[in-house]
Amino acid sequence: MASGVKPRVKVPKTASAGETIEIKTLISHTMESGQRKDSDGNVIPRSIINRFTAEFNGQNVIDVTLEPAISTNPYFQFEAIVPETGEFKFIWYDDDGSVYEETKAISVS
Amino acid sequence: GNWARLAAQQALTQDDLLAFETFGNVSLIHVTDIHAQLKPVYFREPSVNIGVGENKGEVPHVTGADFRRLYGIKDGSPSHYALSSGDFSALAKGYGRVGGLDRMATVISAIRADRPDALLLDGGDTWHGSYTCQQTAGQDMVNVMNALRPDAMTFHWEFTLGSDRVTEIVEGLPFAALGQNIFDAEWDEPAELFKPYKMFERGGTKIAVIGQAFPYMPIANPGWMFPEYSFGIRDENMAAMVEEVRAAGAECVVVLSHNGFDVDKKMAGIVPGIDVILSGHTHDALPEPVVIGDTIILPSGSNGKFVTRLDLDIRDGRMMGYRSKLIPVFSDVIEPDAGITALIDEQRAPYEAEMSEVIGKTDSLLYRRGNFNGSWDDLICDALLSERDAEIALSPGVRWGPSLIPGQEITREDIWNVTSMSYGEAYRSEMTGEFLKVILEDVADNIFNPDPYYQQGGDMVRTGGLGYSIDVSRPQGERISNMTLLSTGEAIDPQRAYVVSGWASVNEDTEGPQIWDVVESHIRKLGTVVVGPNNSVEVTGI
Amino acid sequence: TSSAGMAAMAMGSLPAFASLTDDEIAKVTGGAELGEGAITLDAPEIAENGNTVPIGVSAPGAVSIVLFADGNPVPNVATFKFGPLSASRTASTRIRLARTQNVIAIAEMEDGSFQKASANIKVTIGGCGG
Ligand SMILES: [Mn+2]
Ligand SMILES: [Mn+2]
Repeated sequence: MASGVKPRVKVPKTASAGETIEIKTLISHTMESGQRKDSDGNVIPRSIINRFTAEFNGQNVIDVTLEPAISTNPYFQFEAIVPETGEFKFIWYDDDGSVYEETKAISVS
Repeated sequence: GNWARLAAQQALTQDDLLAFETFGNVSLIHVTDIHAQLKPVYFREPSVNIGVGENKGEVPHVTGADFRRLYGIKDGSPSHYALSSGDFSALAKGYGRVGGLDRMATVISAIRADRPDALLLDGGDTWHGSYTCQQTAGQDMVNVMNALRPDAMTFHWEFTLGSDRVTEIVEGLPFAALGQNIFDAEWDEPAELFKPYKMFERGGTKIAVIGQAFPYMPIANPGWMFPEYSFGIRDENMAAMVEEVRAAGAECVVVLSHNGFDVDKKMAGIVPGIDVILSGHTHDALPEPVVIGDTIILPSGSNGKFVTRLDLDIRDGRMMGYRSKLIPVFSDVIEPDAGITALIDEQRAPYEAEMSEVIGKTDSLLYRRGNFNGSWDDLICDALLSERDAEIALSPGVRWGPSLIPGQEITREDIWNVTSMSYGEAYRSEMTGEFLKVILEDVADNIFNPDPYYQQGGDMVRTGGLGYSIDVSRPQGERISNMTLLSTGEAIDPQRAYVVSGWASVNEDTEGPQIWDVVESHIRKLGTVVVGPNNSVEVTGI
Repeated sequence: TSSAGMAAMAMGSLPAFASLTDDEIAKVTGGAELGEGAITLDAPEIAENGNTVPIGVSAPGAVSIVLFADGNPVPNVATFKFGPLSASRTASTRIRLARTQNVIAIAEMEDGSFQKASANIKVTIGGCGG
């Protein structure tokens, strides 16, 4: 896979200390399930994002294990507590060994 | 004959139709589901419209003589002809055609003469359903509707123009394009192009109009044509919007809805604080509102046949009373608005020659509405069977499309009025008997699921060459039985593959000639159309 | 309608995967009793598209939530583990459903107990409207 994989993330730019914020993430990925057959009847090998994590200043927010039942272009929405100014780091792990990362800074006023 | 029409016209006057004792301080005008019918048409209401669950036997699931008895409507009266089925062909000859946007314009102007700041609200299914609408990708309807100066609109079939075209039109609309349930599919956020509501200041009061687009757009229509959007009923968001507009000072909350009537009834019972639901999509026409709690629901028919006037008395932030009238647009009685007539003719002029070509003639009444079949659909199924050389034909249970009365010529325009759409390819493929049962069961559940939130507001898929029994009271998977191949009288074999032709597939890669060409070719060969009675569906559990 | 929409779908007899799902749930819970009420599952009545069905789960006080779909050939869908900076133990995603079926969410709570919520989601070929 690994062609045209592009993560996108929505995180507010600012928050107050200890505030709960909403985060949305998307990554373009076909999520080939391993259950489909090609026109010759051969099984198309599984190729999915199998894990997604979000952390803030090194502390975990959410850690997701994905199965092939997750749709094309995996989408996650969740909530995080922001204790201080810092950086969110999002990581997607591909079956093919690729790792995709995205970071977003947020400042606490 | 003519004497009957003359008598009918003399008995009926424009003043009678428009008579209304102005009430309260606010007027709403509702039009919906015009399906691009710029000109007057015949439109027969259904004789079969079965309600299930809590809606069993409730309006709008009351038809014909039962409907007239319920509302005290005299047989043979204008209301009989306009609102119910029965004796349609004879009454049509007497009372003539209905609708036409130039006649609707006259009605709207008359209401505005009483109440200059009346709100005009369009419930959608406006930019779809005719030859000129298809050729101009909705521009004909946009041009004429803009001249009527609506204040807001919501949507359904408009999206089958494709999202690029919808965006292009909506960005130029001089009025509000509303839908609280139109969301961006990618980020699950309200779509920017469509606002959830608009606040108006009329009659010294603040009125909020909240839009509700058709909830099941990507299921009932091809989602690939508008992949950017997600819909759904979203009644929690509706409740949040009602709270938001009330907090912003709205003294009256109006929902301009394309839910369909039973869905509106259920929503009114769940979402508090709605004063009025102007109801569209299921094409029902009722002479008086249905009241659920503190909410009144008014459905205003289809195909330009009716305009609803609703006067409200809003005081101290509350609806203290209302007065309504479903005005039937008898086109031989209501004087057309000359300016709008000219504008309509301008839209049609480039296509007049092709549209008006006579393809055949009908000796039978051709109509569409009814839960299981209509004679137009019988004719379309016959066309599919013979032109596509199929054993079985399937035709979608859409509710739009005017009627033709016995003796009328069938023009190309008439055929397009009941077939035109942006995905009209008539496919031909093989389906197993088992698969055909799955289709019938699936569609039946979209109509007869006792929970209105599972209903999509269409009618049953029409079948040609295939008979069956249906018990509407059973759950999905158990309604359909006795499937029979009519050509041989044999039971449908679950394992056997049948050659099936149909149209209006939601699949992106569907191939085949356009359905209007298939039907035209069939009618040309017939010359004169005669449609016999259809006894292929046996219905129980009513 | 979409009668034809079906033409491309492969049909065959549909096996029952429910017991498979029960087995997978038992692997998560070790057979412990399943409580209800402290977890919510948000799902549409009817999927707009069986290939991408929005599902939301929320269980305040949960350590993790596991999602299953009992009508898919493989019932497992996803596992959400909540870290120290997770606010409300809430997550949403989009999943594939092969047909009408139940989606089941099992939450493991901080005290080691389990909670269950489920929703039946209709995957339809559609009907044509007004
Ligand atoms: Mn509609
Ligand atoms: Mn309609």
